[in-house]
Amino acid sequence: MTRESLLACGLVVMLVAVTLEPAYGHGLIGKRFFPATLATDDPFVADELSLPTVFHQKLRGAEDTPPTKETDVSAELSKRLSPDLGISFGGTFKILDPDSDKTVSGFDNLDVTLKYVFFKSAEHETLLALGLGWGVGGTGNKRVDAEGFDTWTPQLFFGKGFGDLPEQLELMKPLALTGVLGLAVPSRIHTKTFETADTGEVDVKKPLNPTVFQWGFSFQYNLQYLQSYVRDVGLPAPLNRMIPIVELALETPIDGRNAGRTTGSVNPGIVWFGRYLQLGIEAVVPINDDISKNVGVLAQVHFYLDDILPQIFTWTPFHGVLGPTQPR
Amino acid sequence: MRRLLAVAVFLLAPSPVGAHAFPDHSEPRVGHTLDASPPAVRIWFDGQIEPVFSTVRVENADKQRVDKGDAAIDPRDNTLLHVSLPPLPPGRYRVFWSVIARDGHRTEGDFSFRVK
Repeated sequence: MTRESLLACGLVVMLVAVTLEPAYGHGLIGKRFFPATLATDDPFVADELSLPTVFHQKLRGAEDTPPTKETDVSAELSKRLSPDLGISFGGTFKILDPDSDKTVSGFDNLDVTLKYVFFKSAEHETLLALGLGWGVGGTGNKRVDAEGFDTWTPQLFFGKGFGDLPEQLELMKPLALTGVLGLAVPSRIHTKTFETADTGEVDVKKPLNPTVFQWGFSFQYNLQYLQSYVRDVGLPAPLNRMIPIVELALETPIDGRNAGRTTGSVNPGIVWFGRYLQLGIEAVVPINDDISKNVGVLAQVHFYLDDILPQIFTWTPFHGVLGPTQPR
Repeated sequence: MRRLLAVAVFLLAPSPVGAHAFPDHSEPRVGHTLDASPPAVRIWFDGQIEPVFSTVRVENADKQRVDKGDAAIDPRDNTLLHVSLPPLPPGRYRVFWSVIARDGHRTEGDFSFRVK
């Protein structure tokens, strides 16, 4: 082989090696695969589409509202702008069916989230990210209580797989924890409303729009991790790609009349992941009866766009085509 | 309707050609104990893998490499990565693998097995 051929071969190998550099995007850190979670946002940036996410639950009534069946149909498109920076757009169509009134429906406000992954440890299957959520006020329909003001939510995301536990605890290695902590700050402290009494008097109300601490976690037991890296227990398909999961999605207002009162749900469920999509379903169990006494349901079809058409969906303005983000 | 079904089959298929590779099963089985030394380690992936950058090695409990260094992809089955082993004394062994799938994505992992 001539010197030129050797040089050419070396160059090709180098180029291929550079091209094949693994991108630790959403869902994979080291050998750990994290699925997209249904009730809480996961810590990864991604090229993905949730379509649809369907939620249904009967909500308890309040002083001025009857018990209502709520059905939400949501979609969220996530796009990487660089290997570690991503943006997502989410929309929800709400259908509210009160017990003693007619059904109303409409879009809730548009949600935009910018997320940046600032720490990754493949060895410890750990990932940290910062995010900023923007609930775009006035883009939804007031019939379904979409707010007329913006909401800004700085967020901290984390993901931790327990594959680095000692061998004596090997059956715990498929466990993983993800979480998000956020503070939803309304751009308007009070919303002024006018009510005209029968006497003709106009009553002006200025209820406080509370700042809300939003916190959520997911506990996952990845059966694919168990089979491939810890112990082959002989699970057949589709069980070998299932992840039993429990999510907690909680909110605690930090001001206003409900300050300190936490609401939310515990969601046990299951996620199955293939190469191009994942399917998930969870029960929505309220932690108290402030919002509901009934168990609801949350289901999702989630497409991995980066794996379906990587040349198109992983293009980024400054980093070109990133390629698929993870093995599934 | 047929188109819809075709799309559904494509999306739900566990092992389509051209997507990146994920381990499916192996010999010796992950985490198992063998009565005798295995002649080789074989790992089957759920997608085709590229030979150039795909590797597998086996280490003993002292982290010394014990395989014969002939890791290769089976020429008749490019989802199978294997490496030969000399007769192994009883003990715990760990297999480290790294593969590149046809779409250019790298996956890596490890698992252990024991020889009685």
